[in-house]
Amino acid sequence: MIATRADWLLALPLLIPLLACALSAVLRGRPLAQRAVTATAAVAMLVSAAALVIEVLGRGVIASQMGDWPAPFGITLVADLFAAAMVAITALMYAATAAYAPADAGMRAQEGLWHPLLAALVLGVTGAFLAGDLFNLYVWFEVMLIASFGLLVLGGGREQLDAAMKYAVLNLVATTVFLIAVGLAYGLTGTLNLADMARRMPEVPNQGAAAAVAFLLLAAFGAKAAVFPLFFWLPASYHTAIAPVAAIFAGLLTKVGVYAMIRLVTLVFPAGQDWMAPLLWVVAAGTMVVGVLGAAAHWDIRRILSFHIISQIGYMIVGLAVATPFAIAGAVLYIIHHIIVKANLFLVAGAIRRAGGSFSLAALGGLWRRDPWLGVLFAIPALSLAGLPPLSGFWAKFMVVKSGFDAGWYALAAVALATGILTLYSMLKIWIEAFWKEPPEGAALVALAGRERWLLLGPVAALALVTLGIGLWAEPFVAYALAAGEQLTNREAYIAAVLGARP
Amino acid sequence: METLLALLFGLLLAAACYLLLARSLPRVIIGLLLLGNAANLAMIAAGRVAGTAPPLVERGAQALAAGASNPLPQALVLTAIVISFALTAFVMVLAWATWRSEATLDPEALRRAEPAALPSTDKQEAAEAEARP
Repeated sequence: MIATRADWLLALPLLIPLLACALSAVLRGRPLAQRAVTATAAVAMLVSAAALVIEVLGRGVIASQMGDWPAPFGITLVADLFAAAMVAITALMYAATAAYAPADAGMRAQEGLWHPLLAALVLGVTGAFLAGDLFNLYVWFEVMLIASFGLLVLGGGREQLDAAMKYAVLNLVATTVFLIAVGLAYGLTGTLNLADMARRMPEVPNQGAAAAVAFLLLAAFGAKAAVFPLFFWLPASYHTAIAPVAAIFAGLLTKVGVYAMIRLVTLVFPAGQDWMAPLLWVVAAGTMVVGVLGAAAHWDIRRILSFHIISQIGYMIVGLAVATPFAIAGAVLYIIHHIIVKANLFLVAGAIRRAGGSFSLAALGGLWRRDPWLGVLFAIPALSLAGLPPLSGFWAKFMVVKSGFDAGWYALAAVALATGILTLYSMLKIWIEAFWKEPPEGAALVALAGRERWLLLGPVAALALVTLGIGLWAEPFVAYALAAGEQLTNREAYIAAVLGARP
Repeated sequence: METLLALLFGLLLAAACYLLLARSLPRVIIGLLLLGNAANLAMIAAGRVAGTAPPLVERGAQALAAGASNPLPQALVLTAIVISFALTAFVMVLAWATWRSEATLDPEALRRAEPAALPSTDKQEAAEAEARP
């Protein structure tokens, strides 16, 4: 069979980073050539992801059978609106961090490893978004994990070793639980293809075992997504990585877990088991509250931001718990908004460190007077994170909270609103301490200037513009999210695209 | 056969949990290995275990003969073994590097990334903490 356009569109977002990984590994020791490879790959990835989004908008769910093995037997790549949007955001993150990285002070000696590892991470993340097969999803998770181990210890600081140890062990336990669940799911349904499994799971005679599989998979994905009470690896590790690594981790990795949870619950277990909704309720509320309180206690910018990743994951779980099409749409928009904003905040934190000489709020000060643009570029994602109109966070939070009120989940919606206020508190804390107060004596101040200024602040400004764009011109993004929510809660189209029409 | 495998799975899982909770990194690594092997056993047991005939479809037939072995779980387990081998090797190197830099393998004593106390709000102390290598 000759490969069709859909085949190419689904394969290219994987082929491009794979090729970039191999090429930049060969070119190790020649940073300029490596940068050229990464830049080309990022641009190509953006173009192919945009083409994928357009194709999916026009034709609905598209699927491709790798090696032309028919559906439940071979490896299937699938893209619906949700997956295509995630691939596009991944490409955007790839470009932004690749542009920022060469200027980062922590990067200098590490660049030879950074390029191939970044491409491998992007490969794993994209693969997880496009996988239509449970075991294939596991393999992409591992690709992502291996690359993230390498990235986390870039720089070789002593605290990074400590962080990587905890990150590695807890994540390995989570993926092994995932693997056990894959084995049990295969034993119950005799298939690993997600669409096929969706069709067969209700026919499994032992529904208790099906519930166990659902719970194990939710636990494994939840640990990846850093939800309460499985988040401990995240605040132990993220703050030690160098700025561009922390940015791409904060943007993408936990969201792959959330993506897998949403895919699993909407596709394979849509009827819901009766225990699932209360469980997700507790998880969502716990994640929001614990994350935001952890952030309120800290005085290091990166640690504050790390805890905020956790609290924001809670909002996405709210959408998943309420599970109406509107709520799922809210979760989708929230993920898109959050990836951009959170990665941007970590990039700004790197620039603040460069300009102010520290990540600690106590040792910072006076940045507003010295560099107002840095302040503006911090304020946009920070206020968007807190959910202030007219930024992207407002619309995402509005949809999630409204879906909670509509479905009668008043307590959960109230927790979400209170979390928003506490988020604003920690963003204001960073603002007041780092930008407004007088700089402490003896602070090592550097003026960001010339080429370094453009390289550090250029990607930050571009991502801030995307946030502003989604906020001020929300209509198409909300419409897209609503269509994605509709598609996710109406799984027949997905199953038909993968397996063909039901015989 | 399945009962035996299920019992062995439970035994490995219990041993892995016990070792993962130990305050010693080598034990934790062995726990990870046992956990990975428990997962592999679960996958083997989920396929047909007893089949011994080669999984080949006879000429003219549409399906496998009864009693054929199931090749898929074996392929999956093979993949999982390779992945777990690579990751365990990485964790062992990490533990070795930790031992060399911290001279301890007790996870409770590894507090460099997360000091027991919250970061100081005193600017002098914070600046000193920042300067530490």
